[in-house]
Amino acid sequence: MSENLLRIDDLHVAFSTRRGMVEAVRGVTFTVKAGEMLGLVGESGSGKSVTGFATTRLLDAAGRVTGGRILFRGQDVTKLRGDDLRQLQGAAMSMIFQNPRAALNPIRAIGLQIADAILTHKRISKDAARAEALDLLRAVQIRDPEQRMNAYPHELSGGMCQRVMIAIAISCNPALLIADEPTTGLDVTTQKVVMDLLADIAAARGMATILITHDLGLAARYCRRIAVMERGRIVEEASPSTLFSAPQHAYTRRLVAASPTATSRIEDLVTEEERERYTAVLGKPRPALAHGTPPLLEVRKLAKRFDQGSAAVADFSMTMAGGESVGLVGESGSGKSTTSRMICRLIDPSEGDIVFDGHSIGHVAARDFHRSPLRKNIQMVFQDPNESLNPRFTAFDCIAHPLMRLDGMRAGDALRKRVEECAQRVGLPLDLLPRFPHQLSGGQKARVGIARAIACRPRLLVLDEPTAALDVSVQAVVLQLLDRLRRENDIALLFVSHDLNVVRMLCDRTIVLRNGGIVEQGESRALFDNPKTDYTRKLVEAIPHIETGPTLAAAL
Amino acid sequence: MTTGLGATVVRAGRRLLSSLPALFGVLVFTFLLMRVLPGDPAVFFASGPNAGKEEIELIRKQMGLDKSVPEQLVFYLSDIGHGNLGRSMMTGQPVLKDLRERLPASLELTFTALLIALIAAVPLGVIAALRPGSIVDHGVRLFCALGVCVPTFVSGLLLIYVFYYLLGLAPDPTGRIDVFTSLPPQRTGFLSIDFLLAGDFEGWWAACKQLILPAVSMALFVIAPLARITRASMLVSLGSDFVRTARSVGLSWRKVVVTYALRNAILPVITIAGIVFSTMLGANVLVEKVFSWPGVASYALDALLSSDYAPVQGFVLLMASLFVLVNLVVDVCYGIADPRVSIE
Repeated sequence: MSENLLRIDDLHVAFSTRRGMVEAVRGVTFTVKAGEMLGLVGESGSGKSVTGFATTRLLDAAGRVTGGRILFRGQDVTKLRGDDLRQLQGAAMSMIFQNPRAALNPIRAIGLQIADAILTHKRISKDAARAEALDLLRAVQIRDPEQRMNAYPHELSGGMCQRVMIAIAISCNPALLIADEPTTGLDVTTQKVVMDLLADIAAARGMATILITHDLGLAARYCRRIAVMERGRIVEEASPSTLFSAPQHAYTRRLVAASPTATSRIEDLVTEEERERYTAVLGKPRPALAHGTPPLLEVRKLAKRFDQGSAAVADFSMTMAGGESVGLVGESGSGKSTTSRMICRLIDPSEGDIVFDGHSIGHVAARDFHRSPLRKNIQMVFQDPNESLNPRFTAFDCIAHPLMRLDGMRAGDALRKRVEECAQRVGLPLDLLPRFPHQLSGGQKARVGIARAIACRPRLLVLDEPTAALDVSVQAVVLQLLDRLRRENDIALLFVSHDLNVVRMLCDRTIVLRNGGIVEQGESRALFDNPKTDYTRKLVEAIPHIETGPTLAAAL
Repeated sequence: MTTGLGATVVRAGRRLLSSLPALFGVLVFTFLLMRVLPGDPAVFFASGPNAGKEEIELIRKQMGLDKSVPEQLVFYLSDIGHGNLGRSMMTGQPVLKDLRERLPASLELTFTALLIALIAAVPLGVIAALRPGSIVDHGVRLFCALGVCVPTFVSGLLLIYVFYYLLGLAPDPTGRIDVFTSLPPQRTGFLSIDFLLAGDFEGWWAACKQLILPAVSMALFVIAPLARITRASMLVSLGSDFVRTARSVGLSWRKVVVTYALRNAILPVITIAGIVFSTMLGANVLVEKVFSWPGVASYALDALLSSDYAPVQGFVLLMASLFVLVNLVVDVCYGIADPRVSIE
């Protein structure tokens, strides 16, 4: 077992772009032993996926291996051609992708897709391949496999699609499985089920696995060895416990610090210099609310029914005080986004009322709410910073737009001053203001989105998964920014997220939703430390915590 | 999957019902349009230029043109309701009969042209997509551009000049069949099929030879849109995640390109082919004129030039119905080809 199955030696990969050749991987070296699970961790652009694609020879036409070797069982993969290559792909090594639904052929029944993979490498009849495909569906624990054989990807949930993808990948018992962000975009509970399944299958079949992920906690839970990548290089390689207890490289230290854990606080997430402005705010005590102050937001028995279907949200009530932060958590389909959109008055509730600052706004049609003077008091930050900015607006225009529409400001010095002030408050350098969204990084775009939301000085900010598309280090900075803004300006935050660690840090109170109803609510720390319902406990347990100390040692 | 098929049928039925108001609108609109156009049919159909006023009045009365426009419309609609499209003054025959005689000729020509165009365009688009930016890609683009730039009557005349006049390979461009061949018993109205059914292969070959040049000159014109859409959707398809999955398990090149990429890429091509077919059917009048093809489009043009109301109205109604029908067929094909459509 000490034999190296895969050995990557000083691998270089470059992509030809309009601006010339860009090196994505710059000298990566690592080995994988048979049957072992290696975690390849890094943030976006670190070259971790490219390394995976180079190994399975699935690089885009623009990408090329410019140096180094990839030895699989002693054979250099980069030099394989034609049939030799195809015998390797699927049969000896295979891959699982992010976004499982897109990775399956939308117009081919899943049974056929699995059979396709089998028939490529085995000389058996179609019926035999079908029977094997059925066995594989059972192996990945899909219910009613006989019926699911004829299902199309759109008829299955994301988790189910990823199981089918796993079935395809393991169909010919490869020796090496490369899983590229296999659970990104899935619910935490689904993520746990899928990852457990993957680990079990790999162990049972003796497959070596490379788990490519941005989530240190996930890698720590399933891998005995983790390689951390930054800008095309491996900066550190160690066991999870060493990595977390004594990270050597500066980047690893930052990554470990930025990854939220069960006990971390927002101020712990970033390094010293970034913390300064935040701690200054933390020091100031918040003025206690005068007794009997009416709540800023009161939601009474809110319900939403979409045509025909059952209620997406039912009997939802909550109150929020000014400057308070409340988390709304639950799996996809639990109605958390629907609820937040109703509170923002982007969609109309079917029943119930929303009272904001003493004014009933539940019955103002969502279509007309933009004319309401309260519109500027309730603003929203959206999930995807890339999709939620107008690609033809500069950062300045994005922030100025609500000021002109809602505050009636005209183009001129006053507007420029306000926009610059907003940019400063969110820490966006002023020289970035004339840039278009595609010229900004993910974190900068997130800042523009937040600056736009706070431009009109709202009193309630509704955030729908604002950090889900961001790297952990960027997430850390954005979270700190949000908390600082809340404390400085007394903005109430309604934070919708599936990431319980983030909610635990940021929110005073948390509401757990399931199937459109409230399961549990209470003070965040208490709720997460002592969940009262099974559902909440399941959610909490599914988070891949970074476990250090005795528990981890015991597991090893 | 019976549920998928059932859903497709329901959807097709609903689409058919929803197109009835549009058909009615087309009827009324063409009727009014014909009344607004200049030219008095009664004068046109009188015995000669020196026909007397009484004679013209008489003809006008016979044609019902002395009544008010709304009255005429009511009569017209009730006639349509009884399946009577009126009588052509030009041929002296009922319009329905004329159309029934000529429609198969147009359909045969258009179907053949579409088939040729698809057979040429899909592989061209696929080849271009497999090597984007290569010489092959540019060659395909040039060919498509030429096809669109050259009007059909010019390409038709060029083809006649080369294959009939210079090479002598093609028969005279005078209709569907040369005068010496006896016609087969009419079954479908499509000569090439009727000859086959009658077992007359010589006749079949003669009919095909007549068909090939006009069909090619029509096809040249529509290869471009079909090839371009094939290329574009093939590029998307080849770059998609599921093609990467197919490659990752080592499926053969053929399986990846045909079963995975092309089958997905063909979906928009189906839609475009439907639109192209409908356009061709009405717009092939130039080709029909050049090759003396006895189709509905040239019939309608002649009628229009002589202010013969009934055939023009009949033709427009026919085209509108065909358009609805073609869209329906496209819809059903789409529903079968793409399992995602039947949900909604």
